[in-house]
Amino acid sequence: MFRKLIREFPGIVSRLILGLGLWLAAPAVFAEYALNFQKPVTPVAHKILELHNMILLICVIIFVIVFGVMFYSIFAHRKSRGYKPAKFHDNATLEVVWTVIPFLILVSMAIPSTATLLEMSDTSKSDLTVKITAYQWKWKYDYPDQDVSFFSTLSTPREQIGSPRFSADGFKSGADKNKEYLLEVDNPIVVPVGKKVRFLVTANDVIHSWWVPQLGVKKDAIPGFINEFWVRADETGTFRGQCAELCGKDHGFMPIVVSAVSPEDFTKWVAMQKDKTVAESAGGAKTWSKDELMEKGKKGYAATCAACHGPEGKGIPGVFPAIEGSKIATGPVEEHIKTVLHGRASGKFGAQMPSFAAQLSDTDVAAIVTFERNALGNKAGDVVQPSQAKALRK
Amino acid sequence: MSADHHAAHPTGITRWLFTTNHKDIGTLYLVFAFIMAVIGGIMSLIIRSELWQPGLQLVDPHFFNQMTTVHALVMIFGFAMPAFVGLANWMIPMMIGAPDMALPRMNNWSFWILPFAATLLILGLFMPGGGPAGGWTLYPPLSVQGGIGTDFTLLSIHMLGMSSILGSINIIATILNMRAPGMTLMKMPMFAWTWLITAFLLIAAMPVLAGAITMLITDRHFGTHFFDAAGGGDPVLFQHVFWFFGHPEVYILVLPAFGVFSQIIPTFARKPLFGYASMVYATASIALLSFIVWAHHMYTVGMPMAGELFFMYATMLIAVPTGVKIFNWVSTMWRGSMTFETPMLWSIGGVFTFALGGFSGLMLAITPADFQYQDTYFVVAHFHYVIFGATIYGLFAAIYFWLPKWTGHLYNEALGKWHFWLTTIGFNLTFFPQHFLGLAGMPRRIPDYALQFTEFNQWSTVGAFFTITAQLIFFYIAIRAMKGGAKATDKVWEGADGLEWTLSSPPPYHSFAVAPNVK
Repeated sequence: MFRKLIREFPGIVSRLILGLGLWLAAPAVFAEYALNFQKPVTPVAHKILELHNMILLICVIIFVIVFGVMFYSIFAHRKSRGYKPAKFHDNATLEVVWTVIPFLILVSMAIPSTATLLEMSDTSKSDLTVKITAYQWKWKYDYPDQDVSFFSTLSTPREQIGSPRFSADGFKSGADKNKEYLLEVDNPIVVPVGKKVRFLVTANDVIHSWWVPQLGVKKDAIPGFINEFWVRADETGTFRGQCAELCGKDHGFMPIVVSAVSPEDFTKWVAMQKDKTVAESAGGAKTWSKDELMEKGKKGYAATCAACHGPEGKGIPGVFPAIEGSKIATGPVEEHIKTVLHGRASGKFGAQMPSFAAQLSDTDVAAIVTFERNALGNKAGDVVQPSQAKALRK
Repeated sequence: MSADHHAAHPTGITRWLFTTNHKDIGTLYLVFAFIMAVIGGIMSLIIRSELWQPGLQLVDPHFFNQMTTVHALVMIFGFAMPAFVGLANWMIPMMIGAPDMALPRMNNWSFWILPFAATLLILGLFMPGGGPAGGWTLYPPLSVQGGIGTDFTLLSIHMLGMSSILGSINIIATILNMRAPGMTLMKMPMFAWTWLITAFLLIAAMPVLAGAITMLITDRHFGTHFFDAAGGGDPVLFQHVFWFFGHPEVYILVLPAFGVFSQIIPTFARKPLFGYASMVYATASIALLSFIVWAHHMYTVGMPMAGELFFMYATMLIAVPTGVKIFNWVSTMWRGSMTFETPMLWSIGGVFTFALGGFSGLMLAITPADFQYQDTYFVVAHFHYVIFGATIYGLFAAIYFWLPKWTGHLYNEALGKWHFWLTTIGFNLTFFPQHFLGLAGMPRRIPDYALQFTEFNQWSTVGAFFTITAQLIFFYIAIRAMKGGAKATDKVWEGADGLEWTLSSPPPYHSFAVAPNVK
């Protein structure tokens, strides 16, 4: 009797567990856990959601029919119920029928899909153009007609991410996380609501992909090529996305934040961005104290350099060099500034260090170089002023 | 050849090193495959452990990327493909009444390339800079950035490809030339048919992969610019060449498993396969269509509209012959007299699981919708459902089906059912939630994620550990059956039909030295 139970046990118990699990999960599934796309805010995103729901419904119907038949058969046509096997093994008509009907179902799906795709491809008559350049591991946004340009980097503090057990810095438990953990940036991209915005997207180094689910757009950013798409946000709000093509170690740490605002607010924002650029160049003219530079440099290092060189400057052996004890960070100052500005390809590591001239102002460079030479285990003592960085930009 | 020369049954290490016997080589492939499965499985647990909760707890992102990359390479090239070549080696000669494969010495080499290739692949992880970390798809320019570990991997893939090509040549030559008199092609078992078609796919596709990775090697080291815009090249060229291989590759993974289902379901339904001719034509259609759909992996790269539409229509079209196969399997079951031993459970479960993956595949085929699914966990869920559902369920179905024939012992049926049910629960717990993660916006290949993805990731991690643990039952069952157990008859299964079931269990070391006559 025990043996019989063991034999039957897996089937019965499994079915019980499955049933129980589904029953327990049901309220949770409907209450908290997202089962479908995020709320669409553009006409394209709406169309995609409708298409998705329609096709899902068709799939569910086919599933119910086909597996209904199969499970009925499993139940009824079994030897243990005494069912004797039939002998048929062929039916040409049936084969034709269940080839043609699925084909027709597919045609019915293809028609709205084609229409949506054609609508998505029409970038003409846009009100605004924005150029996106993907970097390892941040985004750069240019508004060529408004003369605005800035980088957008993950702003979640590294302390919240923590440090893994098997890493150069050892285990550090992540601090309590912000609500928008990993989906927040220092400078979101801003677009006016109700206007057709044409985006051009490319990359600086490897392939990335710009994706914001609520806008219903995803387009690969390919170095040396320019892709195009359009967006018309129909409501104001903040919409978050992530890079959608593996681009290296911080692929998961370069989010996108789009802020759709009223056209008036957009104009104000453009003016503010222009003021910022002016202020940055003004800061480059004055003389900074060592303490000011170290404070600014610490922040700049964490935001810009720590991604590769590590939060404590230890790097990843064989992949990214350490700052601590580095010949560049303890050697001639000029060489150090040039490295930060123009990058470096020593051939000793797989990837080469990109140039940061576009991303960092003279003040940023001066602060970071000062910080790297006087912290992270180094004691070079030098203080670097923005004017030194400016001189080496050529 | 004198009878004495062949009668000696070799023993010891030299037996396994120098064997030209299809049964021994089949065993070697299967043992190798399961060793690789353990390695790939450990990598998947590392991945799912890191993804247990937001934050970085276990491994740094660079190592995580190596894990996702090498997990896939090991599972596809080290586990799934060699396992099915192992099944082909064991069963095809017996199924068609042949004494061995057409080219037995080449058969030995086809296998022995594999341990060296696998060593290179795993060694890459220990090189300075680590192993490849750009995904198993190896897209440049990212894969050009990798260190020497990537080169180890590229050379390994070359060797793996050579093994597949040699094995395929052998299978085609065997099936076309060595069938017993009276066994016309349209009387062949479905497993032989699906392997014949798969072998042609392999010969057509693997050299294309070799081309792609060679261009990657020269871009990395010999000054070419195939994939570098600054040098006049295009990163997307790699994607086209890779996926021209990559799409037939996924059918290479599933078609032999379909052949397994087509033999097991009739056996346990005690009823002939419904629509044998249609099944052959459907398999051939799938194989042909598989060559014209590759860019559905590339909908977001910025192709011209005509291209996007063509690939959408062609990809949707593949659903038709695939559906035909599923309807034929269900019709085989219909009004049969079914029993549900372990091989039948795996076969029906495999058809069901594969079909779920087929539905998500149809959704992915729709280009505008794919802009939301591409590179998210929706894709990860899809391919695990189709590969696990067809290839892995098919593999277990085949092993339970043929283990009594190979070993001469019946395996423990109750434990077999435990293995099936626990794996099924675990697999679905691991991968079904991933559909929702993708729809909710979680990208692939990330070691850390936003807070709203936590709950489904945790279900998935629990499922992964559950599923991997359940495989221990399988190892126990297989090793027990090899050592002893109730004696198996020649026919083993009441509904079994085919030349292989006329041989003893286990079969003689050399079977069908004289070709049988097939009516």
